[in-house]
Amino acid sequence: MTTDRETLLKTLVQRLSTIAPELEAELMVPDRPLRHLVDLDSMDWLNFLVSLHEHFGVTIPEADYAQLVTLNDLVDYLQKKQV
Amino acid sequence: MIEFKLPSLGADMDEGTLLTWHIKPGDRVKRGQVVAVVDTSKAAVDVEIWHDGVVHALLVQPGEKVPVGAVLATLLTVGEVAPTPAPVSAARRAVSPSARLRAKALSIDPDTVHGTGAKGAVTLADIEAAATASPVSASAPVSPNTPDRQKEMRRAIAAAMSRSKREIPHYYLSEPITMATALAWLQQRNAGLPITGRILPAVLLLKAVAVALQRTPELNGFYRDGQFVPSTAVHIGVAISLRGGGLVAPALHDVANQPLAPLMQALADLVKRARAGSLRSSEMSDPTLTVTNLGDPGVQAVFGVIYPPQVALVGFGRVTPQPWVVDAKVCVQPVVYATLAADHRVSDGHRGALFLAELRELLQQPQALDAASAAPTALEGKPV
Repeated sequence: MTTDRETLLKTLVQRLSTIAPELEAELMVPDRPLRHLVDLDSMDWLNFLVSLHEHFGVTIPEADYAQLVTLNDLVDYLQKKQV
Repeated sequence: MIEFKLPSLGADMDEGTLLTWHIKPGDRVKRGQVVAVVDTSKAAVDVEIWHDGVVHALLVQPGEKVPVGAVLATLLTVGEVAPTPAPVSAARRAVSPSARLRAKALSIDPDTVHGTGAKGAVTLADIEAAATASPVSASAPVSPNTPDRQKEMRRAIAAAMSRSKREIPHYYLSEPITMATALAWLQQRNAGLPITGRILPAVLLLKAVAVALQRTPELNGFYRDGQFVPSTAVHIGVAISLRGGGLVAPALHDVANQPLAPLMQALADLVKRARAGSLRSSEMSDPTLTVTNLGDPGVQAVFGVIYPPQVALVGFGRVTPQPWVVDAKVCVQPVVYATLAADHRVSDGHRGALFLAELRELLQQPQALDAASAAPTALEGKPV
């Protein structure tokens, strides 16, 4: 049983907004590179992944970072992990 | 009697507004204790005290703006008797009964209120005045994003950077450094750890800078009153950009003497507090060199402006795959451009170059950098 895309996307944006409070949810186009949409440095990115770990219990290894460019990539990835 | 003065919380600060006292007359304080919150143009800063003692009197009230060096409070050393006649006795402060009652209702400590009555007695009006002033002080840790704060911060940065460019004869050096060994080692280390234990490459870079500085002490310290004062401790100022604009560069303390894991924790904590506008006075006042890392936005190299009274600034760009020659063969390796901006009044290009070479060598031995007090001067013994 996996969470539907819409809910996952919403959760991701909500988690991101705790790290980047200036983020505007309606501008978060899911197929554009995330780092173009939000000003995330490597510390922010790590904090984001820690927050996903706390929420979904999923650990994303560093080796997988390269494939996680857009929000859609993240949703696909989490669904594959049966979140 | 010890005078507790408003410390300078960075070269760009000349005054501060006291927001809150965490102490009151009669309290015993310990060296390093946070005793007050002071608003600077950049952040609300937790101000620490550097003496053990007993608080005698608080001389500045919340809401007051005072210059750097102003006496904020007086302390008695442990065992010292308050001088007589004390202007306002620490133990028995004159507070009118109605004022005391009102203060209790408003949860205000009358001892912290400035008295305008006879012989400094605290009156009902003083308490009412303190009550209207306190929402500003106590409950509003000034948001880092207000337009006023933005403007103030811009002004402060402009002042410090103009002074730097006016007074410091900068020279600049750069060196591409392969990160192949360091990143492979780090990735392997992180793979075996829970996500909360992961260490960012930025931490490895900070540690390497701190260790390399031990070999080139003329890059670590302050230029004051026409001469260089080297620092034995290495406190690295970390340039942290704030959301909404501006930046602060608070210190990570004793970077050379810490393993990577506690350094990572300290860095994460520092970034979090910098962005929340909650830094400590020692962090603001004592960086001995600043590191700026602009790798995340994605530039190749940054040639920084030295933050006075410091005498050097180290910059890192983005780690990118680059053609690299190993054993006369071209291959692709992750490479970072390290740069140095240094003060020519204090050091020369030759010494600066030695620093970058040392940095380069240290980053080829990442495991050694994880040691508590790493001092593997890789170039030891080689002719300088």
